Amino acid sequence: MDGKARVKRYSALQILKQGLSGHSGWQPAWRDASPKPAYDVIIIGGGGHGLASAYYLASIHGITNVAVLEKGWIGGGNSGRNTTIVRSNYSMEGNTAFYEHSLKLWEGLSQELNYNVMFSQRGHLNLFFTPAQRDALARRYNTMRLNGIDGEFLSREQVEKMVPHLNFSEEARFPIMGGFFQPRAGTARHDAVNWGYARAASALGVDIIQNCEVTGFIHQAGQIVGVETSRGEIRAEKTGLAVAGSTSLLAKMAGLGKLPIESHKLQAFVSEPIKPFLDTVVVYSAYHGHFYISQSDKGGMVFGGDLDGHNSYAQRGNLPIYNNVAGCAMNVMPSLGRVKVLRQWAGIMDMSMDGSPFITKTDIGGLYLNAGWCYGGFKAIPGSGWCFAHTIAHDSPHEINSLLTLDRFKIGRQIDESGHGPFPKSH
Amino acid sequence: MLRIDCPFCGPRNHDEFTYLEDGSVKMPALANSNKNAWYEAVFLRENPRGAHIEDWHHTQGCRMVLRVKRDTLTHKITSVVPAHPEYKKMLASRDKPVRPSGKKSAGARAK
Repeated sequence: MDGKARVKRYSALQILKQGLSGHSGWQPAWRDASPKPAYDVIIIGGGGHGLASAYYLASIHGITNVAVLEKGWIGGGNSGRNTTIVRSNYSMEGNTAFYEHSLKLWEGLSQELNYNVMFSQRGHLNLFFTPAQRDALARRYNTMRLNGIDGEFLSREQVEKMVPHLNFSEEARFPIMGGFFQPRAGTARHDAVNWGYARAASALGVDIIQNCEVTGFIHQAGQIVGVETSRGEIRAEKTGLAVAGSTSLLAKMAGLGKLPIESHKLQAFVSEPIKPFLDTVVVYSAYHGHFYISQSDKGGMVFGGDLDGHNSYAQRGNLPIYNNVAGCAMNVMPSLGRVKVLRQWAGIMDMSMDGSPFITKTDIGGLYLNAGWCYGGFKAIPGSGWCFAHTIAHDSPHEINSLLTLDRFKIGRQIDESGHGPFPKSH
Repeated sequence: MLRIDCPFCGPRNHDEFTYLEDGSVKMPALANSNKNAWYEAVFLRENPRGAHIEDWHHTQGCRMVLRVKRDTLTHKITSVVPAHPEYKKMLASRDKPVRPSGKKSAGARAK
């Protein structure tokens, strides 16, 4: 299968036709390609960010001779390990417009990709427990409204009406004062996002190459002109890195040197499926803990908390945070106490020194960097791919990602939403 | 759970400790006005997959800052010493680790 136009669109008519012919005519969603010796652009990393970058290179910029190289299988890293929350409630210049752009792309994504990514705008409710938290959220709310982003400030009574089974008791250790709600935020299906982008990119001619580990970079006159891989040498004028979690390793291999990034592990949890229980995303952070939860369409409660807190490349979590997250859950939603945790896992985050990402050119010609996604990579997938494709195609950033550079630390323009300073584990 | 063998208190669960930061970073002298030296020390990290030098504060124990050598892939800890060079020297000059009781050896406490 090689043709671009041969990919059949998914439609009600297709389902009917395939149903009548015993479902024997479905084709694979995307081509599992073998590497060619050369491409116009190589994207390293077959997660959401890499696949989205390849898709937008092909669909917007007409660059279809693109390879996505994936060490394992597509969507098997952080794309398949997150809590699927999508939102755009950011307050710093550089982040605000970027995440809102991403959210707007999410809103039309299923139609654009002809693939149901199950984006559900069920809203995102950030609870507050102290006057200080309230004031910080009010400031964020004002920044967002000034930028034309939706948001609502809710009183305790309004929160109670929205999610009655939160802990509103008089004895609550941290009584809920109110909440900040973004109605357009929500969740999406992580596998579908990866497969949707893979299918759409593949249909436009992009080669998705799995089990292809990059082992080195080919340098020529100070430029990077290709990569060495476990499946042979592949050349390209432009190479993009989208390998959050392992960015430091690949950057060192490419000759970029040390980066303002540390790798940390973040755990996530899912419970046994239960009947519809929670129809929005709830975020809780009170003094000692951090907790966010939503319910998947299968019924599982999907939740997570803080980083484990020490540098790690091990994709497995540790007990103290498990405890902490469970404690938070009981604090804010005690009715969860009887629900059993089904699975628990961890992913490796690129924790940047200010908690904000990088979509940028690098000091090495032909090398582009997409990294530093911290906790927030999933929601950024469409926007990140869109901006990275623009940066690669034009060899210069779009206005939207022009501040997400590596040298912002050198010139004192960090984008530090939480104000924690240069401590990656704190963001 | 990681077990960190504190040279002062014996082996303890890591939730008694607070992770501080990369212990291999050397800050420039305060009088150094070279911006690039500060930029590199404050913001850039080696971030290895493998042996990593890091500082942990024994917050709920002796409250000493310990320099730990730990593998970031396997989490195996291969060395724990006081981060402060004077304490390190002091410990090295004794034949047995210092314990709160001053008597039992590390092995005896671990059991």
